Amino acid sequence: MSQEFPQFEIRMPKMPKIPKGSIRIGIIVLVILILAIGSAYQVAQDEMGVILRFGKFVRTSDPGLRFKLPLGIEKVTKVLVQRQLKLEFGFRTTRAGIKSEYQITPEVAQEAVMLTGDLNVVVLEWIVQYKIKEPYKYLFKMRDADNTFRDMNEAVVRRVVGDSSVDEVLTVGRARLANEAKEELQKLCDLYEIGLDVSQLIFQDVNPPDTVKPSFNDVNESLQEKERKINEAWAEYNNEIPKATGEAEQAIRSAEGYATERVNNALGDANRFTSIYREYAKAPQVTRKRLYLETLNDILPKISKKIFTDDKLKNVIPLLNLGEEVKK
Amino acid sequence: MSASAKTLIVIGAAILVLLFIAGSVYVVSETNQVVITQFGEPIGGAVTKPGLHFKTPFIQKANYFEKRWLEWEGDPNQIPTKDKKYIWVYTYCRWRISDPLVFFQRVQDERGAHSRIDDVVDGETRNAIGKFDLIELVRTSNREFEISEESALLDYSEVKNKIQTGRDHIAKIILENGSKITPTFGIELKDVKIKRVNYVDEVQKKVFDRMIAERQRIASKYRSEGDGKSAEIRGQKERELKRIQSEAYKKAQEIKGKADAEATRIYAQAYSVDPEFYQFLKTLETYRASLAQQTWLLLSTDSEFLKYLRSSEIR
Repeated sequence: MSQEFPQFEIRMPKMPKIPKGSIRIGIIVLVILILAIGSAYQVAQDEMGVILRFGKFVRTSDPGLRFKLPLGIEKVTKVLVQRQLKLEFGFRTTRAGIKSEYQITPEVAQEAVMLTGDLNVVVLEWIVQYKIKEPYKYLFKMRDADNTFRDMNEAVVRRVVGDSSVDEVLTVGRARLANEAKEELQKLCDLYEIGLDVSQLIFQDVNPPDTVKPSFNDVNESLQEKERKINEAWAEYNNEIPKATGEAEQAIRSAEGYATERVNNALGDANRFTSIYREYAKAPQVTRKRLYLETLNDILPKISKKIFTDDKLKNVIPLLNLGEEVKK
Repeated sequence: MSASAKTLIVIGAAILVLLFIAGSVYVVSETNQVVITQFGEPIGGAVTKPGLHFKTPFIQKANYFEKRWLEWEGDPNQIPTKDKKYIWVYTYCRWRISDPLVFFQRVQDERGAHSRIDDVVDGETRNAIGKFDLIELVRTSNREFEISEESALLDYSEVKNKIQTGRDHIAKIILENGSKITPTFGIELKDVKIKRVNYVDEVQKKVFDRMIAERQRIASKYRSEGDGKSAEIRGQKERELKRIQSEAYKKAQEIKGKADAEATRIYAQAYSVDPEFYQFLKTLETYRASLAQQTWLLLSTDSEFLKYLRSSEIR
């Protein structure tokens, strides 16, 4: 730099009549301006500046207007330390919105296919949310940290799933496995000194492969069928038992009615007999006759077919045409 | 000397100085390391400390190498396991230039390094996988599976307590074997990992068939359980019904019997005063009830009722 100043000063006399003093001031202002522009920089609110002096890390800077040494002596790299970053596996969000759009290319789909510990296959889509915790490590320990992180994710999730049965992955173990994967991923991050902090690892869709899916659905269906059958049986039970109980109650009540009736009738009959007998005992012969004749008096008029026979009239019977009489 | 000649000399000198400075100063960044060569011959050790460094201008040359961990991905390989299952294995590892001098001499640059790592790690992967059953590659431990209602039906004997080595350890074997060779290229390997293990298509088809069969077994078990359980409930219902009905019958009969007994006692008590009179009365009653209009009545004149038809004598 210092070498350039004399050049200007030497050329200056050739220049048209501009006062020497003002040119000098102009140059100084210009130089200051260049230096100022080269030394000021801005760090956005979600970033952190990492400053290298001649390639050597010297400091980091927080958000705001910051200064560094100009002219390539100090260089700044900005790293998004505050931003929650996200990677997707097995799918890609093409447009996030109220109704996000997703895309699954064959290559991306392969990320989700994995073997379980019982040698079955499962399709597991997951996301991982992370932050750059240590910009120094993120920038200077691992080249292409993002891709490495992707590989680490795949390896870790597969390792965890590889030690579980397909049923665990699909149902009971989901949350536990995701958590285990997160822990392991963090451990691996620390081992690789990649400077990342895993905030969350979430299993999204976990499915059996498409070919196998119908049979998994059939299991659900059969489970519902089972429940339905049991419910139906219970419904029948609950329908018929109270009815039978009611009917039983009714039978008992009616037996009780019968009992009351029977006893009362007996009492009535007995009392009546006792009353009649009391009077009868006073004049048995006459009463007997009277009762007998009264009865006949009641009966005989009602009977239309009366035949009187006498031992001595022996030939009436042959003349009696019984057949014809019966036909009427 | 004229002013312009003076100027020229100054400019020339300045350019020379600048060139000299540019030739003798070099910057080592946090991500770099440098090997200084003099006419192609390496001079001194590698420079790994970041910052400004100096060398002899023009004669010496600074060769830059990465200092960070670098990426490498295995060529996805169709490999048979020891139990003859064909699988695709994807590996990755991270490596770095641990000895830039050796690295520079043996493999020149990263491309050269990649092809060496390909040879070493892919080869070791192939070796290691051929020595183990598939299950060793998939599982890391012999942990017991959590058994759910569904999985209780499945047979895990094929995969239970089978592994002695495990995925992590196989990866470690690859790393260790690879690490024996790579230092000769000035390369250090870090953590070889088995990223993906997938079945080849034919095997996959068989696996799917097995999965389907397993699920069918579970489904048919649920169905028969449903049938069984509902039959059981129906049986229970039948039993209940029979109990309720028979109990009611029993109770009703008891009540009726008691009443009958009571009535019998009452009748007996009343009628036993004069059994003959009772018989007489009851018989008359029966006549009234049983002799209807259509009855044929054959009466003998000998009977008590008709005796007066013959004569009015007192007999």
